[in-house]
Amino acid sequence: MSTHTLSVLVENKPGVLAHVAGLFSRRAFNITSLSVGPTADERVSRMTIVVDGASTPVDQVHKQLEKLVRVLKVVELEADAAVERELALIKVHVHPALRARLLDTAAAFRATVVDLDPRTIVLEAVCSPGRLDALLAALEPHGTCELVRTGLIAIGRGAGTITDDDPARAPGAARQEEQVLLGR
Amino acid sequence: MHVTGAQALVRSLERQGVDIVFGLPGGAILPAYDPLRSSSLRHVLVRHEQGAGHAAEGYAWATGRVGVCMATSGPGATNLVTALADAYMDSVPVVAITGQVPTRMIGTDAFQESDITGITSPVTKHNELVTDPARIPAAIAEAFHVASTGRPGPVLVDLPKDVLQATTTWSWPPELDLPGYRVPGPPDPALIARAARMLHAARRPVLYVGGGVVKADAHEALRELAEAAQAPVVTTLMARGAFPDSHPLALGMPGMHGTYAAVAALQEADLIVALGARFDDRVTGKLAAFAPKAKVVHADIDPAEIGKNRVPDVAIIGNLRTVLPDLAIAVRELAGRSGPPGTGEWLATTAGWRRSYPLRYTQRPDGPLKPQHVVERLSAMTGGEAIIVAGVGQHQMHAAQHYTFTRPRSWINSGGLGTMGFAVPAAMGAQIGRPGELVVAIDGDGCFQMTAQELATCAIEGLPIKVMIFNDGFLGMVRQWQELFYEERYSEVHLGTAIPDYVKLAEAYGCAGLRCESPADVDTVLEKALASTDVPVVVDFRTHDAEGVFPMVPAGAANDDIVLGPEFTAAEQEAAARKEVIVP
Repeated sequence: MSTHTLSVLVENKPGVLAHVAGLFSRRAFNITSLSVGPTADERVSRMTIVVDGASTPVDQVHKQLEKLVRVLKVVELEADAAVERELALIKVHVHPALRARLLDTAAAFRATVVDLDPRTIVLEAVCSPGRLDALLAALEPHGTCELVRTGLIAIGRGAGTITDDDPARAPGAARQEEQVLLGR
Repeated sequence: MHVTGAQALVRSLERQGVDIVFGLPGGAILPAYDPLRSSSLRHVLVRHEQGAGHAAEGYAWATGRVGVCMATSGPGATNLVTALADAYMDSVPVVAITGQVPTRMIGTDAFQESDITGITSPVTKHNELVTDPARIPAAIAEAFHVASTGRPGPVLVDLPKDVLQATTTWSWPPELDLPGYRVPGPPDPALIARAARMLHAARRPVLYVGGGVVKADAHEALRELAEAAQAPVVTTLMARGAFPDSHPLALGMPGMHGTYAAVAALQEADLIVALGARFDDRVTGKLAAFAPKAKVVHADIDPAEIGKNRVPDVAIIGNLRTVLPDLAIAVRELAGRSGPPGTGEWLATTAGWRRSYPLRYTQRPDGPLKPQHVVERLSAMTGGEAIIVAGVGQHQMHAAQHYTFTRPRSWINSGGLGTMGFAVPAAMGAQIGRPGELVVAIDGDGCFQMTAQELATCAIEGLPIKVMIFNDGFLGMVRQWQELFYEERYSEVHLGTAIPDYVKLAEAYGCAGLRCESPADVDTVLEKALASTDVPVVVDFRTHDAEGVFPMVPAGAANDDIVLGPEFTAAEQEAAARKEVIVP
């Protein structure tokens, strides 16, 4: 699956999330994950949207998002030019015989125990996308009984910021080629 | 200065330059109707909110200005939805104002509550629920700005009753708060130059003209460009009238029911210059087989249209009001420097196609009345100068094909959404926007019955629209598809010609009613209908009930598989498939 990560700055106003979600459903775009939260500027929220490039025309997603009046800016972050993280809380069965192995596995992924019960533990893991999948696979033999993930968040590497004026030079921006085509 | 929210609304509309509002009051919007009485706005009281929406569209199509409609909460607002969806698909600038239940009751399933901003979010360019009366002037100003700039479209402003009743301070102009709204700047001169070079060098160019040219009022520059490039012009359903049909470079309409010459020219072109057009499925047919030999220059105000369906070789983002004159000048300069464009052979071919495979029908003097004949007589008798309004279906296609358009904004129809019932209320809006001009709705009997109640509005408001019903007693286009693709298994398409009696219905609504059953009477009846200037006229044309619309590219088929129809011989059809010119 070729995923694309879009960082979207939106006005912090009622209905904006519905507008964005509605755009995805009406144009039959598939969202892999969507996370949203406040930014340093209280008037602005930031969404991180991951879409599957195989089933969804990412260029259309980008342009249609930009057309929404309450969307301020859309930047596609390239995986190798961005830090991508996801937080997961994972409730896992504890078999007394496997307890040590479970804790070793958690330690290997720098997952921390945030809740203990005689029968289960809850792990908190902050991972890059591939690493989280690996952790979940490693926990599989123990029996994962509940999983909650925040969805991916991402930020560009280096000194540039998403609020820099020229989106083509924003960190990790993947649109230079198209900027030329469109002559912007 | 202290005013109520409702007063702020009405003043904002006045300051915005609105002269006409189509609407119908109800509980939640009541406060707004009180200051309306003493305002400079003319309010047209429609009989159904859908009529208000389409009337606002018709007004906008006809004038280029923003059409305004107003309705109450709940069902009033939801009745606007079809018109908003229609305006969204056809990029028509409309502002809809809806009442809403008081803010404290939102979300409680209150009487006549509906989440109209949620409902219309997919079919509006923008919408807003205003919860602060102080924001009303800004919300209205922003709505008009967003509706009318960039790619135009509908905007809805939802106003809770308590917000309309609250006291606030008035000031104008408000500051627009649209940090995320962008309109394309001037086009890149380098791309204009590149497009001009491609156009000048092309041997088989076609200008593929869409509704954007009409919206940008760029028809004069289009004509200059076509003449400078010596390139034939096809005008889509949204662009009929953008280029005069009588012009030697005009090939008519492309697409599913386009002329053979227009369809074939796109298929054989080496360069397509798309101007404010969006490569809609009804134009391209099977996309993968569309214009296989052509390079594409795509000029549009909406970046999201670029590469959506067909990836262009050169994309020019910008307003055609600037792009087209720039392009025309650039091509003319090239022609001056490097000689005239070498399209002579191509123009001979396209002209040969026009002569070989014209729009053809046969009107026998004693045979059934053909809708095409009525359109052609109307076209001749009005000199192509009437404003023609249509809904969707066979009547729409016959009108688009057979009326000889001479000027922009003289063709108004439901293109993208294909809304039955569009014509009568849209004609009403067009007539208000263009008083003194001849506005003729060409409508199907199925379409007409969906919004016929607006005849009452027209009669009371003194709007002398002419409504030509092509009454074949069928949902004609659906009937045609069942004939062609369901082996004549007709299912639920027969309406009957006799009920209602359209003459009596017209008279009941205070209009004049006429009937025409035979080809011999067409001119007399049309003369009588067109002469009336005091009341609306409805004509019941009893048209052939087995008539088809041709040519036709079946849905999903390649444009190369265009079917000329029963008026052509097998030999002609085969020659057409080979793109031969048989009448040089």
